[in-house]
Amino acid sequence: MRAMRTAFIAAGLALGLTGVLGVPGSARAAEAVHLPEVSFSHEGIFGTFDRGSAQRGFQVYKEVCAACHSMRLVSYRNLAELGFNEDEVKAIAAQYEVTAGPNDQGEMFQRPAVAADRFKSPFPNDQAARASNNGALPPDLSLMAKARVGGEKYIYGLLTGYEEAPAEVTVPDGQYYNKYFPGHLLGMPPILQPDGVTYADGTPATVEQMAHDVATFLTWAAEPNLEARKQMGIKVILFLLVFTGMMYAVKRKVWADVH
Amino acid sequence: MAAQQFKNPVVNWIDRRLPIFTMMHHEYNEYMMPRNANYWWSFGALAMVVLITMIVTGIFLAMNYTAHTSMAFESVERIMRDVNYGWLLRYIHMNGASMFFIVVYIHMFRGLYYGSYKTPRELLWMIGVVILLLMMATAFMGYVLPWGQMSFWGATVITNLFSAFPFVGDPIVTWLWGGFSVDNPTLNRFFALHFVLPFVILGVVILHVAALHVTGSNNPLGIEPKGPQDTVPFNPYLTVKDGFALGIFLIFFAAFVFFNPNYLGHPDNYIPANPLVTPAHIVPEWYFLPFYAILRAVPDKLGGVLLMFGAIAVLFVLPWLDTSKVRSTKFRPLYKPFYYILMADCVVLGYIGSQPPEGIYVLIGQLATAYYFLHFLVLTPLIGKIERPRPLPASISESVLKGGGRFPAGATAKPMEKA
Repeated sequence: MRAMRTAFIAAGLALGLTGVLGVPGSARAAEAVHLPEVSFSHEGIFGTFDRGSAQRGFQVYKEVCAACHSMRLVSYRNLAELGFNEDEVKAIAAQYEVTAGPNDQGEMFQRPAVAADRFKSPFPNDQAARASNNGALPPDLSLMAKARVGGEKYIYGLLTGYEEAPAEVTVPDGQYYNKYFPGHLLGMPPILQPDGVTYADGTPATVEQMAHDVATFLTWAAEPNLEARKQMGIKVILFLLVFTGMMYAVKRKVWADVH
Repeated sequence: MAAQQFKNPVVNWIDRRLPIFTMMHHEYNEYMMPRNANYWWSFGALAMVVLITMIVTGIFLAMNYTAHTSMAFESVERIMRDVNYGWLLRYIHMNGASMFFIVVYIHMFRGLYYGSYKTPRELLWMIGVVILLLMMATAFMGYVLPWGQMSFWGATVITNLFSAFPFVGDPIVTWLWGGFSVDNPTLNRFFALHFVLPFVILGVVILHVAALHVTGSNNPLGIEPKGPQDTVPFNPYLTVKDGFALGIFLIFFAAFVFFNPNYLGHPDNYIPANPLVTPAHIVPEWYFLPFYAILRAVPDKLGGVLLMFGAIAVLFVLPWLDTSKVRSTKFRPLYKPFYYILMADCVVLGYIGSQPPEGIYVLIGQLATAYYFLHFLVLTPLIGKIERPRPLPASISESVLKGGGRFPAGATAKPMEKA
């Protein structure tokens, strides 16, 4: 039984550790190429979002990605969590025209977006999106950081992973070679170019910097409660440690006359 | 059970008319546990805690969930983003399913090691296997509800299994779907069943506990308690012991919920279901992987389905397959290594289930499947016949106290005086 116990505890600890530290499980590792070594401030049990980076990431999304990619699950009001104040959020929203209605005459009409609106999608529907993109559908980015193996590291990798195709690979027209994309051929061009955006805070807009910022922004978009979750987790674990310690002491005392 | 006197007059008044307090007192206060039960015996209590957790979080999730193919995915995301502590409810529920299986699998392997399925506890064990089946059905249908890619394709693959049965197969599948593909009627009925089955599980768990309290708990020695010197009352001894075990378990549980809630899930389920796009690898949740490996072990669809159900069916008849006179593997030198081999075999099957069915994985999967059945159908009956078990101790207290306990052997373990 000792062996069984040891095996279980070892397995449990291994599972728990990999679970907490986020080491990819073997089931997942099989399909993934090695993702770039890149770290984010929101990693680890005390991690928080780098607000500056997330705001810059939003700027890149707004000025570059949003030409093709929707973010249907995120509202303008959510941007307040990234440090934009109320007026800034309203001003960002007001840059977009959204269809509302019907009004009393039964007509749909255009109005400026308000903070409560979801991010405006670049295309009215998937068919329109395909028609404008050689038949390829640019996926919604709201959950991208959770919907791909590797998460934000994959996003960073994809955005920085364009390179010359190996000689044996023929790249069809309208497709591009990317070392991190499964199958390597994707319809998205290498859209991030150095100084493609001008950061208000003066950060040099290298491709790596923009990719990192977008990855941070998309992680926030996919998991907006990440900080609250980790902070609560620390309190919960601390409470449980005390609780468990006390239970152990009580157990020892209660069983003292039996052993 | 004799009616109990309670200090509280209201409790007394009720109890004389409806003796629920006497019953609870009888089942959870005085219930006599073998004093040598180790921490592996805590997993039953842990499973109960997880079940209650799942039901409570599930009810609140159901209040915010919409069972419609066009809204299910977004309603789950609304829970994650806009419902107060919705993310907490959902992450507890989603990881709770995995925790339930971890706890129950350990609970079962404990039963296998100590022969807890052997007479007179056959029915207790069989009820437990029924709970496992219900859990699997419930977990499977719950995984469909977020209507992500794995939800949809998992549902498609698993429901299609029933089409393997000759003649009745296709009508059964149509009937399960409520149509000619996995679609809105399927989602609706899965939601209804996912809501109701946990209460069925709870009912069967009550039967499980009732049956347990008739035979009494098994213990690491696998010999029956001979008197009060061999047992301790459930309260306070086991309540505090299970409480400590619960603390450890909750730390493990919380580590997943708060620090890596999606580790046990699959990224594809954050992509909305799309009947036109098949994911590269359709993989079930980790707790189904051993069964998935058995399913794919034979190239024949019907054969695979029968083998998979057979893997559970052998557990039903296990009490009669095991011919050993001795319960606990502790005293079974010949059987013991095979117990660990079976455990390793299940891990191998789980790994194979996670891999694409090609190359060497197919062969390993077939061998591991063959061994699984070999263990139960051949080795278990055979070893019981030819093995010479080590001598059993005369009693639990003798075995427990020979290391120099405070009581002389045979002395009554008096319960601690509790006010």
